[in-house]
Amino acid sequence: MPEEILLMDKITKVYPNGFVANKDVTLSINKGEIHALVGENGAGKSTLMKVLFGIEQPEEGKIYIKGKEVKINNPLEAIANGVGMVHQHFMLVPSLTVAENVVLGMEPKKNGLFDFEEAVRITEEAVNKYNLKVSARAKVEDLPVGFKQKVEIIKALVRGAEILILDEPTAVLTPQETAELFVELKHLRDQGHTIVFISHKLNEIKELCDRLTVLRLGKSVGKAIVADVTEQEISKMMVGRDVVLKVEKTKAEPKETVLKVRDLRIASDTGRTIVDNISFSVRKGEILGVAGVEGNGQSQISEAITGLLGFQNGSITVNGVDVKGKSIRRIREMGVSHVSEDRMTYGVAATSGVKDNVISDRYYKKEFNKGLLMDKKKIEDLSDRLIKEFLIKCDDRDRAVKMLSGGNMQKVVVAREFSNNPKLVIANQPTRGIDVGATEFIRKRLVELRDEGTAVLLISADLNEVLELSDSLIVMNEGHIAAYIPDASSISDMELGEYMLGVKKQTPEEIARVAYD
Amino acid sequence: MTSKQIERRFDAFKTFMAIAIALGIAFIVISFVSESPVEAIATFITGPLQRKSRIGNILEMMTPIMFTGTAICIMYQANQFNMIGEGAFLIAANLTTWFAVTHETWSGLPLQIACLRVGIVTGVVAAFIPAILKVKFKANEVVSSIMMNYILLNVSNYILYYKMRDTVSGQQASYKIPERAKFAKIWTGTRVHTGIFIALAVAVLMYFFIYRTKWGYAIRMVGANANFAKYSGISIVSVAMATQLIGGAIAGLGGSVEMLGMYDRFIWYGTQPGYGFDGIMVGVLAKNNPILVPLAAFFLAYMRIGADVMNRMSDVPIEFVDVVQGLIIMFVAAEMFLSKYKHKLIVNNAKKQLEAKEAAE
Ligand SMILES: Nc1ncnc2c1ncn2[C@@H]1O[C@H](COP(=O)(O)OP(=O)(O)OP(=O)(O)O)[C@@H](O)[C@H]1O
Ligand SMILES: [Mg+2]
Repeated sequence: MPEEILLMDKITKVYPNGFVANKDVTLSINKGEIHALVGENGAGKSTLMKVLFGIEQPEEGKIYIKGKEVKINNPLEAIANGVGMVHQHFMLVPSLTVAENVVLGMEPKKNGLFDFEEAVRITEEAVNKYNLKVSARAKVEDLPVGFKQKVEIIKALVRGAEILILDEPTAVLTPQETAELFVELKHLRDQGHTIVFISHKLNEIKELCDRLTVLRLGKSVGKAIVADVTEQEISKMMVGRDVVLKVEKTKAEPKETVLKVRDLRIASDTGRTIVDNISFSVRKGEILGVAGVEGNGQSQISEAITGLLGFQNGSITVNGVDVKGKSIRRIREMGVSHVSEDRMTYGVAATSGVKDNVISDRYYKKEFNKGLLMDKKKIEDLSDRLIKEFLIKCDDRDRAVKMLSGGNMQKVVVAREFSNNPKLVIANQPTRGIDVGATEFIRKRLVELRDEGTAVLLISADLNEVLELSDSLIVMNEGHIAAYIPDASSISDMELGEYMLGVKKQTPEEIARVAYD
Repeated sequence: MTSKQIERRFDAFKTFMAIAIALGIAFIVISFVSESPVEAIATFITGPLQRKSRIGNILEMMTPIMFTGTAICIMYQANQFNMIGEGAFLIAANLTTWFAVTHETWSGLPLQIACLRVGIVTGVVAAFIPAILKVKFKANEVVSSIMMNYILLNVSNYILYYKMRDTVSGQQASYKIPERAKFAKIWTGTRVHTGIFIALAVAVLMYFFIYRTKWGYAIRMVGANANFAKYSGISIVSVAMATQLIGGAIAGLGGSVEMLGMYDRFIWYGTQPGYGFDGIMVGVLAKNNPILVPLAAFFLAYMRIGADVMNRMSDVPIEFVDVVQGLIIMFVAAEMFLSKYKHKLIVNNAKKQLEAKEAAE
């Protein structure tokens, strides 16, 4: 009989605005298992975990750890009870070293001063014990995302976490990094740790987890042993219908070039070259995928095209018009749409309503104004239409965006950027954190846009997505294009991963083909 | 009932409770220093309404702070914490007077309109300096506008002393403002003047500007998330400039109106009259919403008059009068006050609705 280490019994959580995010949710977890928590966007997964980690207080319900009832009023008490959490958005101090981050708040002292060597020792001990390969002396800002995540995990473990919560940990990882993380997580499980794993990627759940609990609309609606169910069955439990993740698409018929990037060089404020002399083109009616580990210049490219970031050398033209020196509004008016990968910084105004968020790129246009005033009716109609069309879960159009779940915020961004008749869409991680149903929908919309003659530049760390959607693709590594694959369906995950990690590289001639000159 | 309705009702209730509790505490404080605390607090609460002249005082006092309060609302909506209201108000009043005394020969309406224009332009110029320093050189507008206020105070002193001082008046005062430049009194027995309508109109107009026009939308988005605004194509620099200039214009207009409505001569020498800082209080109480400015200004003016009456009619020392005022404002402005109780109301309501829905299914 497995030992139940955690029981969350009939948890009800009501947010201050009256939204019932969890209603009588019961979650039972056994010692030494990896337990998946799945459900659509807004089902209440993060909320339940925030309750467990003491960030939110439940209105009703009890939490038992190892059979004893506990009250968890804040994260410190959660840690004291052996609960650790790795948030989806990392909470590290970038300018400090790994060791300093690991001991943050529990710094070892010698003669009253911070003892760095001891911090390194503590970190390395954990690194060796749990087999999480990361250098204790490295600066966090220099680490790739996958490593930052390891630092977060080490941080939790060093604090004595027996139950580790991972909220969508793989959303930002390459297949190689994901595979590595899974090995490490299984290793942790074998050492007796218990893991709660949240993900929208069902294949990962099949591969990694032992049991799963499904949340739907704030209620726990099912439990299963992972080995006994198929992916299809899981998504059916979550969504209540069959989901087809395979997007039907015909072969692209690319027409004239829309986006032309030539010899682009972008340097950071400190003078470090981030994007190094790259050239490529995107044609009308095609999706060009950009694969690559995050932080290899992809975001900078999308920001340079859309006018958010200046660049030093080279040129960017959209339908023959140079974007250099143009204001962001002018560039948008040329038909450029931009789904930013950083939705909290750029994508939304979190404290404003959904309505205000979906009109930010067009509010000033004639059609939304009547004389001096804005045309309230038209704006409301537009927002209602987008909420419906893009399946944004919110109780009304004035609901502040910060009160939506992560996935629904993303839908707000996508709804705005896909609905202004774009000629060129720069889609940077368009389905990050979105549930299977909505992912299916957004991918379909991207293909539809393509078929309507939009040029699409798709940047994604999710390899499945890049491979599924792209007609052709380029792979970025350390600011360079490492490979150009004219037919995206001809390459395997693993080969792509090798290009991404810089193990393999094409010749300059092969890469130059993507300019179509 | 929806959660939103509860929230709205609760806000009204909260304000009421805040005042009640603050008065309760004030009562306790007063009972330490007063022989007859009940009467003292009673004069504070009912005093302002007991005489026509006092009601008039409230309306007179709320007029200028409606202007500076609205100015603050506009600037704070875009996160521009420009404190120029004080200096803009003062220098506009000063130059308006100077203009009026040097254009005595003009006839009534044109002179008044010209005076108001002087006030507006002066306010814009005053606000322009910290605004441009901010957008061009990233100079913190809080600091530069406060410094600017000192400069303007001294400029005002200089103009009064060397350009328009009436040596016959026997004090630091300007020549008399010509009668025909002044606003009509609208209520006999008080000094309430037509300027109050201008103040109300400005607040209402600015409400529509902020919440119903595309410019107001841009301002609100810059205030909510400047990065988002920029990414969407809104020019942050224009919004930052525009809001500060509008703020300056409104504060400047306020200075003119106050001068022409209430005074015979310009007499502010050496100290700032404080309307700009009252404006900040009004803006905060109004939650940066111009439509609430008249209410907030009335509230502040009412308290001032109440305190004044209490000071004159009871044995409570003037220092405590200020303490009582401070207490009330703190409670009213406190966001989280009674939030636990509100949460409970909403949770209960949400649960009931959920049950009703489930029962129906
Ligand atoms: N602070 C808040 N105030 C009000 N409502 C909130 C708040 N935070 C979340 N919600 C609501 O609670 C619901 C559950 O949100 P939660 O973040 O738990 O979803 P989730 O299952 O983690 O979804 P996702 O997969 O999109 O991350 C959502 O509908 C959301 O709108
Ligand atoms: Mg979540």
